[in-house]
Order: sequence, then structure tokens, then C-alpha cells
Amino acid sequence: MTMEQWVYPSVYVKEDDFREGRVLYTTWQPRLFYAWDRGTAIGRFLAELKQGRIVGRRCRRCRRVVVPPRMFCEHCFRPNDEWVPLADTGTVITFSRCYITWDMRRLEHPQIPAVIAIDGASPGVGFLHHLGEVDPEAVHIGMKVKAVWKPADQREGAITDILYFKPMTE
Amino acid sequence: MGMRRVAIVGAGMTKFVRRALETGPELAWEAASRALASCDLRLSDIDGVVLGTAPDAFDAVHMKGEYLSDGAGAWRKPYIRTYVGGGTGVFSVIQGWYHVASGVFDTCLVVCEEKMSSHIPHPQGAFITIFDHILERPLGPNLLWIFAMEMNAYMNRYGLRKEDIAYVAVKNKRNAADHPAAMLGVRDITIKDVLDSPVLAWPVQRMDVSPIADGAVAVVLAADHVARRVTDKPVWIEGVGWNVDTTYWTNRDLSYPTYLEEAARMAYRMAGIKEPRKEIHVVEPYDPFDYKELHHLEGLLLADRGKAPEDAATGRFDRDNENHPDWLPSSPSGGLLGVGNPIAAAGLMKVAEIFWQLRGEAGDRQIPGNPKRGLAQAWGDLMQIGTVVILGV
Ligand SMILES: [Zn+2]
Repeated sequence: MTMEQWVYPSVYVKEDDFREGRVLYTTWQPRLFYAWDRGTAIGRFLAELKQGRIVGRRCRRCRRVVVPPRMFCEHCFRPNDEWVPLADTGTVITFSRCYITWDMRRLEHPQIPAVIAIDGASPGVGFLHHLGEVDPEAVHIGMKVKAVWKPADQREGAITDILYFKPMTE
Repeated sequence: MGMRRVAIVGAGMTKFVRRALETGPELAWEAASRALASCDLRLSDIDGVVLGTAPDAFDAVHMKGEYLSDGAGAWRKPYIRTYVGGGTGVFSVIQGWYHVASGVFDTCLVVCEEKMSSHIPHPQGAFITIFDHILERPLGPNLLWIFAMEMNAYMNRYGLRKEDIAYVAVKNKRNAADHPAAMLGVRDITIKDVLDSPVLAWPVQRMDVSPIADGAVAVVLAADHVARRVTDKPVWIEGVGWNVDTTYWTNRDLSYPTYLEEAARMAYRMAGIKEPRKEIHVVEPYDPFDYKELHHLEGLLLADRGKAPEDAATGRFDRDNENHPDWLPSSPSGGLLGVGNPIAAAGLMKVAEIFWQLRGEAGDRQIPGNPKRGLAQAWGDLMQIGTVVILGV
């Protein structure tokens, strides 16, 4: 006796079945709008970005400096203690070269998302951003990079106030 | 710990398909009714029901748990829906287990359903909302980014070769050719096919990824005294474990799944397992990507850190390679890469596979040597949760 008998033969419908009207369906296209509060820690982080600065938070008990900042230390489970100015430079700790969009369309030039460990934060601690002004094939883990900012008058207090990070010339 | 022994006594599932004619409740019913039939129980024999399914955004149906409840057999019963992302399929069994182990229920039906095809043009649209809405979504991410970056971190840390990782895709798609519910079994696939497939988000290529799917799986749990009455082949839940890491995923080392090691240690402790590599005879690690199976085998302490790809290349994880000195058949079902990846249902499929393997009912996929103990594992949320179930006979 094998498990085969306990498999229900569900019906696989193909694209043609829909196109040719053999099966029916109903569609819905939602239009949803949200306004997200940025909160205490991220609110300050974004306000600093608008000034062209990256800041983190230090916990005096475990001595971690974290970015993105939060108002509590999730390890020590207590309020963390102070704002710390960080550099706008860092190290690529991982990255990808992405050739598709979310809906699986192909991109001619890849996006290069990366996690960048920010100088001044604890080792390996950083955030997600894009890399730019770089040959995609030349990107490597350990590469030193620097933020490229939007012009000051165009910044709006958003993560996109940094356009991307680019390699630092040694 | 003052808990009752709990067994799995029955299992059933639907075929996994790219797009099913059936609705979610219909899929849930198909799997649940097969599972009940497999152990000759009726719904009236079931004390409580656990349902696992992915976020409401997939279906755009609010209260998806309630939407699916009738199909899952929950009518006028204690019922709960559970969700921990990709970890849901295995976690649902854990939740069913504590319902029964605690003494609250004698029997529990556990059902996992997923219908990913409703969201068009691609369910990735629903997945985008897992990224932080203030700091990450404005960057225009897609879901593959985080997996590609985790895979890159893993490969870079240990200097791993893409071809050794690709072997997992080959193995699993071949294994799936013998699974009657599989959507992507391919007997003659080669490593070259995987390496030649289009790059999606380097290092992830088309054939490194499991296909999205519609499907459902169900298992029946019973307390010791009921289990022995229902079947002469109860499969005991010997250990369970689960653990979550920080949601600040850009603050942690992606090359090793520490949260999974914690979950595994919890499960091994409960099962009294001291040497997992000797005491686990068959394993179903979660494999939405080929590198994840290897990453997870390391986190489960079943392979040395950074060595699982090399092990795979020696055939250590093959289904029928019993002469390998460290043989550990891995994903004999064909896994998510081969059978398909309807999120929550895929995780429960892995538990069902261990159930069938330990009962000797896996048909053409049956691994030789009468395995006595197996482990199923899933992974999810923002690459941060490990869920583990150890089964034994
Ligand atoms: Zn602290």
C-alpha cells in the first residue's frame, strides 16, 4: 500500500482554458491608500538623512551601535541610550545583480541591491540600498562604498535621499 | 514534561499544480478528506482543527482562516489559523501537537492550503509587502533580492561553487519524478541545465528556485491511546522546535541560520537525540531554493558549516545511495523544487513525506533500510524563523 491513493487529483487549468472561456473567473483591482507614521527612531533617522547625515543608536549595556535605529535594545530589552553620528561610508556585506522586476519582466541593466555595513555602527550592521556608478561585474563583498546624496533642496526625509552607494576610490 | 505522546495517524494531499480549478476551501477539503479516509476516521472523530495558510494578500480575502474553515473541517469545532510565513507548514503540526500533547484534544486535524495563482500577474506582488514599508519598499525591491543576497553571503563565506549547490535542484527534481502529486519532476535534468538557466537575481537562476503552486495537504494527529486504536503504524512526534531571529535582517550574519540551530537543538533535546547525524535517517529540509536545503542541513547540525554542498556532490543526500559512509537521504519527496511550493502546504508536504517514509508507504520514493526516524523542517517570515518536527516509529 502506498501514499498514491491519498493524493486527490486536483484539476490543473491552463492559460488556454481561461482565454477560450472553458473556465470562468472574476477579477478585482484594489485601490488602497495608507499613511504610515514613521515613529520615534525612524522619524529622527529620516530627518537626519534630509540633512545629509546617517545616525544610529547606541546601547550602553551591550555597546552595540545599530542602524536602522530603534529606541530599544532588543537584546538587552531596555531603552537604548544615545544617538550616534555615523559615516556615510561603509562596506558591502552582500549584494545581488537583479535582472527582473517584481512581475518577472526582464531588465536590460541589472539593479544592484546590497546590504551595506555602515562605518561607525557595530560590525556587520547596516541597511539595504542600491549600488550605482559601478560595473555590475566588479561588485564584490568587502567593497568600500560611499553614499551619493540627492541635492539638498530635493531631499524629503526618505531613504531615497540617498540615491545609491558608489565605490570609494582607494 | 507531563505531556502526552502524540502520533500522526493519517495524511492526504492534493496534486500540486500551477493553477487549480478548485477554490481554496475546495482544495482544503480535498486534502482533509483524503487524510481522514487514510486512517478511516470521520470528521465527527476530530476534536479540533488547525489551519495553516499564507497572508490574506495572496487571495485578497480577509479572514482567510474563516474563509477556509469549512473546507478544513472546522464546522462547530475549536479552530485556529496559524501563520509564520514559509515556516507555517511545519509549525501547524507543532500547534496541533500541543493541542493534543496538553490533553486538551484527543485528535486534531491539521490542514495547510495555498492558492498562489489568484494574484496576477505574479504572487510576488503580494510578497513585496514583507519588506519594511518605510526604509525598504521605496527602493523598489522584489522578493528575490533577499534570497539572492543570502545565497551570495553563504557562497562568499565558504567559497562555495554554484555547481555543487545546483546539484540539489537536480536531485530534487529527479526525486519528484516519482511523486504522484508533483508538478515539476524531471528525470533527465542535469547540473548544466540549472547552470544554463536564466539569471533572475544573481546568484539565483531560474532553476535554483521552486515553482509557485496551488495545493493543500492535511495530517491527522491523535493521542497515544487513540492512535493505537486507529492504526497499527502510528508515527510519533518525538520532538518539536521553533525559533525566530531579528526582523532587522540587515543587522545579522546571513551566512548561517542560527535561529534554525536553536530550533533544531530544542527538537533534538525533546527527542533525546544526542548525535543527530546518526539518529536521523531521513530528512526533509525546506528547499524553496537549492542553496536553502544545504543551508538548512548545516543549521540542523546534519552537515558541517559550509560543507553541505561538498557532501551533496558526493551523493551523501541521494535517495538510494545507501553505500555512502555518511548517507542521509534528503528531500526524497522531491521537495519544493520538484513537487512544488504552495507555501504552507509545501511545508506540511514535507511532514507527510516523513510520515509515509517511516511507514514504508512512499512507493517508488521509498528509501531503503527501514528508516526509523526522520525530520521535517521549514523556514520563513523574513528569512528568520526555523520550524522543526522530528518523527519516529
Ligand atoms: Zn543592548
